[in-house]
This record gives sequence, structure tokens and C-alpha cells, in this order.
Amino acid sequence: MILYDYILSPDAYKVRLMAALAGVKLNLRAVDVHPGREHESEPLRALNPAGSIPILLDGDLILTESAAMLVYLARLEAPTWLGDDNAANAARVQQWLAFSRRLTDHLGGARATEMLSEPGDLPALQRAGTLDLRELEAALTERRILGQTFLASDRPTVADIACFPYVALAPDGGVSLDPYPSIRLWTRAIRMLPGFIEMPGIHRLHELKPEPLSTETPETV
Amino acid sequence: MTMDRQPMIDQWYPVALASQLPAGGRATQLMGTPITVLPGEPIRVVTADGRDLRITVRYGHVWTSLGDPAKELFDIPEADQPGRRLVEVGVVRVRCSPLRAVENFLDIAHFPFVHTDILGAEPHTEVGKYDVEIREQEDEVWATKVQFYQPQAAKSATGGITTDYMYRVPAPTSTVLYKTCPARPGEWDVITLFVQPLTEELCDVWPWMALFDDETALTDLIHFQQMIFLQDRSILENQIPRLLPLDPGREIPTRADLTSVAYRRWLKRHQFTYGAQLVAQ
Repeated sequence: MILYDYILSPDAYKVRLMAALAGVKLNLRAVDVHPGREHESEPLRALNPAGSIPILLDGDLILTESAAMLVYLARLEAPTWLGDDNAANAARVQQWLAFSRRLTDHLGGARATEMLSEPGDLPALQRAGTLDLRELEAALTERRILGQTFLASDRPTVADIACFPYVALAPDGGVSLDPYPSIRLWTRAIRMLPGFIEMPGIHRLHELKPEPLSTETPETV
Repeated sequence: MTMDRQPMIDQWYPVALASQLPAGGRATQLMGTPITVLPGEPIRVVTADGRDLRITVRYGHVWTSLGDPAKELFDIPEADQPGRRLVEVGVVRVRCSPLRAVENFLDIAHFPFVHTDILGAEPHTEVGKYDVEIREQEDEVWATKVQFYQPQAAKSATGGITTDYMYRVPAPTSTVLYKTCPARPGEWDVITLFVQPLTEELCDVWPWMALFDDETALTDLIHFQQMIFLQDRSILENQIPRLLPLDPGREIPTRADLTSVAYRRWLKRHQFTYGAQLVAQ
């Protein structure tokens, strides 16, 4: 399975993260998006006319939408991540997969404008991204009141992975996560998942590593 | 800014990749002054009021100055050494003082915590003793005999090695790092950070490299450096205060920070204070 990848692309990271969590081995092909704009080159346009990254190839299958890639990886190796155990949860997953597109457009747009000098109306993108975050914060807060940690099910699903990267990287676009406690707890829960991998700007949880213990006090739980 | 002429006005700064100039020019700014970098032969940099600035093209970048630099752009002799691959990494905007961007680059102690399992790893967190000097003749800051254990020091490194480093600051917002070259022992890989001060609290950072590495694809080399720098970016944007303090205040330097101390002292000596906080708060 080949992933046309870019280390700084949150959409590509989603796929790397889902693959790591599901235990799927990806063959990564680095694409020189910045500064080379290789994703707009003829050979890559032939694979993906939209000129976007990532692209996932598996045999005859060519996927150019990251949400579809997440579903494919989960269906292959980690079906519980589909979150489709009942009608409501299946629909919730679809709801958040669609919502993740707005995160890409708004928070992702703010990040590309602010960090990589791409053209864009930064204040408008930040405003739109803030509305998305408020919506997500409200939903996650309701989930927490119901005793749930994740977006669509009682376990993490592709919906969480689809929404996580652009949210976690919101500060890259000049949008702070300080006002959103439920979002910050949720990102922490995702970063705690076994097999979690990082991307630049999303750090691992050093603070959760065990404190150095003195020899007199053996660890007890 | 004060009414006094800021000596940093007369320094060279990177403002574009020479290979990536759009046909319509690159509109940007330098120390608060809007400028446009225009493609052509020769490349020109003009201000909004029609002034043509001095330019030089070197290390893949277009360099300019709002003032009148007394010296040519600093030399990196390794850039002309045959067999090296010259890597243009592109530009990353960072909401921090241009001086902070340089200072962070000079720091080794953060490697295990920010570049975990790449440039450092716990428990190998100790920074050994190293030498720092302000070289009077060259008027540059140098740190030598720096050693650090690294799990993956370069794209071409396959396992953990103890890496030797030298750091050099030849200009207030440019810094050059020399490090053990895994592919060619005896030579140094050259990794630079060229910083364009947009304002005192905002900069465009242009990493650039001159490496001995015939194996790794160019894109992988670019991405390795982008990954490293983007790990730094989120830290840089959260440093308080945004300006780099030049006087001791709330920041307590340790032995590992000797390079930073020398850099600040050198900035102060030259009144290179654009992006600096002068009175400790």
C-alpha cells in the first residue's frame, strides 16, 4: 500500500496515524509540496486531478480523500474503528467525517496562510475555524456529560482521527486551544492511544511519563 | 523603534529563494518595511517608495539590506565544496522574535524533549562541557566541541551516534551549524538557519543545507529538516516574552546555555537589538 505523503500535511498524517493505530504498514512516497509544489506536477495530477496530498494506492484502488483512506484502513485491519455498531453511531461517524472537511478548509487554511505563506484571508479563516472549534467543544462537552471520551462511539473511531490533526494544529494558524477544555482533554485521550505517532507540531505526552521514582518507594497502583 | 539608527539595518537578510521567485515578484517585508523581490537579470528588491536596495544572491537565497552593509555577506566555504548537495528547504513563518529563532537553533538541551527519538532521547539528556568564544577577528560567535547522543542525527544515519557539533553565528539573524557527517567521516554537514525579520515579533525562516549524502532523495532531505524545524516552531511561538531578553531577568541560564549567553552578549555589544527586550521585566 503506497501513500503519497508530506510530513507537514495534517491530512497525510491522519492516514499515517490511522495506519499506525491499525497496524497497517504503509510504503511512504515523500512529495515535495513545499517549496517544490510537486503535488501539482503532471505525474501526480494523473493520479489525483485535484492536485492534493495524500493519495493512497492499493492495487487498482486510488483514493484521494483522507476520510475514505481512514475507512479503508479501518475496514481492512481494525473494523472496530469504523464505529458502525449501530445506526446512530454509524451516522455520527459520517457526520464527523464530513465535519472534518470544514476543519481542513478553515483551520487548515489558516495554518497554510500563517505558516507557509499560502494565499488566504487569514482573519476570515481564523473566524470560521473558531466557529468549528466552538461546535466541536460543545459536542465533546455533551459527550463528556454522558461519560464518553470520543466523538461517535464509546471507543475511538475514524471520526476522531479525521478531526484530530487540524484541531491539534490550530495554534499553527494562530488559533489558540486555550478556551476549549473538552477539546484539550480529547486531544490528550487521542495522544494516549497505544501506537500513537506524532507529527511536527503535535508532540507526544512527555508529561504522562512516570515520574522518576526513588528506590524506597516501589510503584504501586 | 527609536530614532537612533538601528545597526541591524546595515546587515544582509534573506528575502526569497532565488529559484522560486514568482513572475509577479514576491511581496514581503523587512524590519517593518514593505519590499518586493522582482525576478529577472539581475534580481531586484524595491521598496514601496521606489528605492532599489542592494542585493546579493548566495546560498540559494536572495539577500538584501535596508541600509548599507559594510561587509560582503558572510562566507560559508563549504557551500562551494564539490560533491555537496545544496538543499533549499523553503520558508516557514514563525510568530517570534527573529533573535529567538536563532537562539533556539543554538540550544542543544531541548533535543530529547522537542525532537524526541530523532535529535535526542531520554535519558541521554546531559549536555557535556563545550567551548564558546566570540572570535574577535571574524566578529562571530562560535561554539565548538559540542557532543550529543542522537538516535537519528541525519536522514542518512541508521542508528544512534554521538554527534559532534559546531555552532556559528556570523550575522545577527543567521546561524550555521556544522555536524558530524554520517556519510563521510572527517567532513562536516552544514545546516543553516537564515532568518528574515518581518517585524520584531514575526519572522520568515529559511533553512538551507549543504550535505554530503548521495543516497537520500532530495525530498526526504527537505522533509527531514522541515520536520525538525516545525517541531521547534510550536515551542518558539509559546516563548514568553516574545522579544529576546538581553539582560538577566526571569530567565536563568545554565552551563548548557553558554552559546546563548555569548550570542546575547555579542548582540548587545553591537547594539543588534531589533527583536530584543532591553530592560528585564
